[in-house]
Amino acid sequence: MKEGIQEKHAMHEITLSLNGEAARLPAGTALDQALERWGYGGRRVAVAINDTFAPRSSWAERTLDDGDRIDIVAPVGGG
Amino acid sequence: MNTLKDDQHDALELYGEAFTSRLLLGTALYPSPAVMQEAIAAANCDMVTLGLRRQNPAGGDGDAFWQILRESGCRLLPNTAGCRSAREAITLAEMSRELFDTPWIKLEVIGDDYNLQPDPFGLLEAARELIDQGFKVLPYCTDDLVLCQRLREAGCQALMPWGAPIGTGRGLMNRYALRTLRERLDVPLIIDAGLGAPSQAAEAMEMGFDGVLLNTAVAKARRPAAMASAFARAIEAGREAHSAGLMERRQTASPSTPTLGQPFWHTGG
Repeated sequence: MKEGIQEKHAMHEITLSLNGEAARLPAGTALDQALERWGYGGRRVAVAINDTFAPRSSWAERTLDDGDRIDIVAPVGGG
Repeated sequence: MNTLKDDQHDALELYGEAFTSRLLLGTALYPSPAVMQEAIAAANCDMVTLGLRRQNPAGGDGDAFWQILRESGCRLLPNTAGCRSAREAITLAEMSRELFDTPWIKLEVIGDDYNLQPDPFGLLEAARELIDQGFKVLPYCTDDLVLCQRLREAGCQALMPWGAPIGTGRGLMNRYALRTLRERLDVPLIIDAGLGAPSQAAEAMEMGFDGVLLNTAVAKARRPAAMASAFARAIEAGREAHSAGLMERRQTASPSTPTLGQPFWHTGG
């Protein structure tokens, strides 16, 4: 019964914002899985969710929600 | 001869750490990464600023840029450029601390789009929070004395007042305010933004400022590495002049050659 519910849950998709652009993910995706899926695996990036810093140590346990705004940043030249 | 070059104690001290160079260099706007690398080497600086921006997975420049800065051996000073509220700046500072593994932050909270003037209220709020979090905050601020005093009270151990708005190259726009800051504040003061020529940097150092942060003037020069070198020498010269003690200005002329024994002198009559 429990497995059945999880399967149904996994079928469902959520829509969120990735660097200001719409992105879709299966419901229940953790942040680290999402980064891997989007091509950021192993990259030097930092992440904020809904304008709040998401430390690397939280990525595995942080499940993304519908409507989340994800900002992913990397080093650039600056003054 | 006791020049500053012989004096090992003339390091720039920020948050208890010593820096040999008093020039902090930005890493934006260069025509190529190779030119930036040459400019950093020519500036002989100890600290470079850099930023964080949204990165799409397809864009791979971030890693190459990062590699060049690592090889430079410079300390990294990430900025919060473009942030428009204390909240945004705090979040970006937290992201920087993790990404660059450094507590140093050049804190920018911009209040006006036209002249990129710091928002004093947001800046102070963000500085308080970040200092509580253990950051070493270098706030990019205006030359307002009371703002600078409040930032000092909040725990900022160095301040970075503007010379002029970012990217204008206009030099020291408000000498009265800058001199007042120098007279009244006992922390290191670094002129950040608005300088366009080495002479302006030398002037700031002669006034007793402790360092200069530059980007556009070097990056947009025809030969950035040569300009970086020119600024570095102007900053050293200005520092040495300040240490040597400038003469008092006078209204009337005063002969330097002795008047006693002047030939052809006739008392008349």
